[in-house]
Amino acid sequence: MTASDSSTARARAQGLQVALAVSLYGVSFGALAVTSGFSLWQTMVLSLVMFSGASQFALIGIIATGGAAAGLAAVLSAGLLGIRNSLYALRMSPLVGARGGLRVIAAHLTIDESTAVGSAQTSVAAGRVGFWTTGVGLFIGWNLMTLLGALLGNVLGDVRTYGLDAAAAAAFLGLVWPWLTRGEPVVAAVAAAVLTVALVPALPTGVPVLVVALTAIAFGLYRHRVAPQAPPREEVTP
Amino acid sequence: MSAIWWSVIAASLLVFALKFAGYLVPHKVVAGPVVSRVAGVVTIALLSSLVASQTLAGDGGIVLDARIPAVAVAGLLLWFRAPFIVVIVAAALVAAGLRLIGWMP
Repeated sequence: MTASDSSTARARAQGLQVALAVSLYGVSFGALAVTSGFSLWQTMVLSLVMFSGASQFALIGIIATGGAAAGLAAVLSAGLLGIRNSLYALRMSPLVGARGGLRVIAAHLTIDESTAVGSAQTSVAAGRVGFWTTGVGLFIGWNLMTLLGALLGNVLGDVRTYGLDAAAAAAFLGLVWPWLTRGEPVVAAVAAAVLTVALVPALPTGVPVLVVALTAIAFGLYRHRVAPQAPPREEVTP
Repeated sequence: MSAIWWSVIAASLLVFALKFAGYLVPHKVVAGPVVSRVAGVVTIALLSSLVASQTLAGDGGIVLDARIPAVAVAGLLLWFRAPFIVVIVAAALVAAGLRLIGWMP
């Protein structure tokens, strides 16, 4: 086995492990979605077409508490959380080197996990293998597990009895955790949480989250002005 | 079609469009440090805001219930590098357990 063979083999193994571990969590998405009032098909469209965990949880979370009236806030929150995928796509684009229809598929699979595994490899070939293995594996696993969760969720009944409302909160905590590696992100996270708690009683459901996001944009621009040397971006690993 | 369907479809297409946009835009235009800085802060702020509202929001205000100890346990497990799925299941079990024995709503 040559060095390049072993590095691509390692990338493939890493990709499969990540895909398997993260897929399991699709069960909680499926169950939460149907118990929050989404139909089986709506739940599956989210996992098949949106295919970005944080955005999916944000959409169902906001509609679950605010009803269909919170739809716009839910869509905008899902979109704001999806912006980082654009950045991942920029980074993966030269690595994946896909053209035409393949580029559409590559775009669809460009999420936290595929980008993390893809960019963690030492060679372009291994990076490509890591990206595709994680992306395809997770797409299949995530959708199968969403379906399983959605089917089980319908049988379950009230979400709160099983603590699924707390599970959703824990899921967001798990998603933000890998980012909290230095002082500045921790301060931003705590400030965002405090601001949210202050705004929740005053504003309609979903709106506090949007206000926090807009504040974060302003803060990010301000920080870049006063301290332009942005620290290197940490990889988000699941 | 219901309002929920519109939200599901609009948000799904929006999230896909954002991914695809990254493959269309020439690198020099947006690969600068400003965009990466802002996107990082927004992601952290948004997720933290969702942690706070999912843990504390309800009935149009702040509700203190079994979600709080559940999220605290989740944080503790994350601190000890427990796998994602373990963290989520543990949080659900804590909240469900506290409600079952009637200690917290």
